[in-house]
Amino acid sequence: MKKLMTGNEAAARGAYEAGVKFAAAYPGTPSTEIMENVATYNEITSEWAPNEKTAVESIAGASLGGVRSLASMKHVGLNVAADPLFTFAYTGVNGGAVIVTADEPGVYSSQNEQDNRYYSRAAHLIMFEPSDSMETKEMIKEAFALSEKYDMPVLFRMTTRICHSKSIVDCFDREEVPDKPYEKNVPKYCPLPVNAMEMVKKLKGNIEAAKDYSNNCKWNYIEDNGSKIGVIASGVSYRYAKEVLGDDVSYLKIGFSYPLPDKLIKEFSDLVDTIYVIEEIDPVMENDIKAMGIDVIGKEVFPISGELSPDVIRGAILGEKIETVEPDQDYLVNRPASLCAGCPHRGLFYTLGKKKDAIIYSDIGCYSLGLGQPYNAGDAILCMGASISGGHGLAKALEATNSDKKAFAVLGDSTFFHSGMTSLLDVAYNQSDVCTIILDNRITGMTGHQENPGSGMTLSGEEVEPADIEQIVRALGIKNVRTVNPNDLKATEEAINWGMELKEPSVIITRYPCALKRFSKLDKEEFPEAFKQSCYVDTDVCVGCRLCLKSGCPALAFNSTVENKSGILEDMCLGCGVCQQICPMGAIKRHENA
Amino acid sequence: MRTHNILLSGVGGQGTITAAKLLTTGLMNAGYDVKMSEIHGMSQRGGTVLSQVRYGDEVQSPVIEPGTADLLVAFEEMEAMRYLNYLKKDGTCVVNETQIWPMPVVIGSVKYPQGILDEVEKKVALKKVPASELAEQIGNPKTMNVILLGAIVQSMNLEHIDWEKIIRENIKPQFHDINIEAFKRGLELSK
Repeated sequence: MKKLMTGNEAAARGAYEAGVKFAAAYPGTPSTEIMENVATYNEITSEWAPNEKTAVESIAGASLGGVRSLASMKHVGLNVAADPLFTFAYTGVNGGAVIVTADEPGVYSSQNEQDNRYYSRAAHLIMFEPSDSMETKEMIKEAFALSEKYDMPVLFRMTTRICHSKSIVDCFDREEVPDKPYEKNVPKYCPLPVNAMEMVKKLKGNIEAAKDYSNNCKWNYIEDNGSKIGVIASGVSYRYAKEVLGDDVSYLKIGFSYPLPDKLIKEFSDLVDTIYVIEEIDPVMENDIKAMGIDVIGKEVFPISGELSPDVIRGAILGEKIETVEPDQDYLVNRPASLCAGCPHRGLFYTLGKKKDAIIYSDIGCYSLGLGQPYNAGDAILCMGASISGGHGLAKALEATNSDKKAFAVLGDSTFFHSGMTSLLDVAYNQSDVCTIILDNRITGMTGHQENPGSGMTLSGEEVEPADIEQIVRALGIKNVRTVNPNDLKATEEAINWGMELKEPSVIITRYPCALKRFSKLDKEEFPEAFKQSCYVDTDVCVGCRLCLKSGCPALAFNSTVENKSGILEDMCLGCGVCQQICPMGAIKRHENA
Repeated sequence: MRTHNILLSGVGGQGTITAAKLLTTGLMNAGYDVKMSEIHGMSQRGGTVLSQVRYGDEVQSPVIEPGTADLLVAFEEMEAMRYLNYLKKDGTCVVNETQIWPMPVVIGSVKYPQGILDEVEKKVALKKVPASELAEQIGNPKTMNVILLGAIVQSMNLEHIDWEKIIRENIKPQFHDINIEAFKRGLELSK
């Protein structure tokens, strides 16, 4: 049956058709929907893992137990999982294992633009790079077969454009593969020093053997159009090149991208006079091909960062630009991302942003929206969980330099579970006075509302005991702990002042659900009144001072009803009451029995 | 058949993604090769939303090259201007006559630009459609996107496809009738 699928849906379908029985992921744009779609297949046990390291370790265990297993993550997630990855390469697999890394050329929703093809080189692992959804599905299936053939986990590199573009996919039936019962094999699965050197020899032998596959597989092929100009391209770059250059050049299409098909590349170089290597992010293939002694044109004409596109390739190779009608910038206003109406982070950032002596180490997630106007509540971001350990080091430096400033760390519930817990142990153990604020909105927010260990629900919808953040924090050794409702500005301010003054570790938990979250039974019990009301501006009372606008709420609109007065878009307002508490005139009121 | 390009631009929550889904499903069922591209993630939080739809005999790139879109369908006025560079010189811009204020306008630091559509009209062929107003009239503001789908179908001469069937198969049953009504209104609109 034919279906229009995103690359992420196709990857999940591929796992289903390949007979996968276990899958784990931590959500991260652009990879999140892979596991959400895997979860729609009942034949696969699918899980949200607390982080990418636990996801990869759990599929290593499932592989050991004899079933095919899949882990998926965004590019930076593979850094978190790099420790198990490099040694999983040594032990190899029992049931096949595939790890999807979704890279982000152009950084649409990430903190960096790293090229994870280097991981295939560094860990000596086979890598695939699909160019559309159908290839994604078929390559995933082949990746499992090769994982078992070459006894290694296989890396599967997607990019934002592949993950989030739809194209037509032919769906087939699931093929059940026989389970491989576990058999004890200490030299294979235990990388003690006595075994490790044998393991690395085996791994390097296997990756060398995979070159033969690379030269002869259907994923790498020459399209000889009789031209003296040749293009070597992988991933979506191949599609862009075909779009712009059509049959005017010859192609070497690379789909199995590590190890590279050395003989095929040599054959192609004999066929053409000039070779362009088109690839997104770093000159990875370019450098490998140049190291073979073959002269190619690459990053000297293509950009060294950012996403490629047909117009970029047209400009670089043909020196042409299609004529366009340019927008008049005078008529455009940016639409910066903002906290949603009713967002429980608003009360915290409104309050914290006013503390001029606070240096705020922020984190990965919706709290990054606290950095901008009107809150200015953020000074640094590094990676998942770094707010706490970064805040700890900052606090130590502030102490050493006799600074009057105070270190704060802000992160969400899911980020705390991901990698904040070990950081907080560092704070408790090494005793800094950083005040950590855990914004517990009862869900993983920015990636689109995935369950997490604290939400009381698994990916498959099973109810479980929710992890209790306050108890975890106390168990880690933090004595000063407060939980507040962030929509209560007075209580929030008091808690921040309390943390500000303390000369020892402290934690504030702001507990209130995300406004976009679908409420669970537990949420309904705990927050029966949430988001059931709306507010309005009494324009007879409003003096137009604009103080309410400092809440940064998209449901507030100045001038919308009466000139020079505030207004509230009532279909958007969820009645959190933050602006109502800010208004010094009492002009913002709540609808009765709304 | 050459590849045709349709760009849908709007603001998060306007239903551009659903409209693009219906459009691409219809095109696929009609036997075209189809590719569509969207960017999800952080850009959704109040940001602009862009869906790129391409169809023909064989489609390579999932993204539209600037200067090659046959049709730009803006679900909001400013989003017509923002993506004008994607449109072919002789392409058509269909705009839903509605304004959604971005945060800098909401907080009163700048005014929503006046006369955007007059300016767009000076540059390209423009069809203004009151899709939001019509959706209110037929009783559900959310059907604005399906009214615009009707306008797209009419503009690209795709009436031979059974769109009612596509709507029935992809929208919840309780919303079938109102969306089919919306679609018909959209078909008539841009004539």
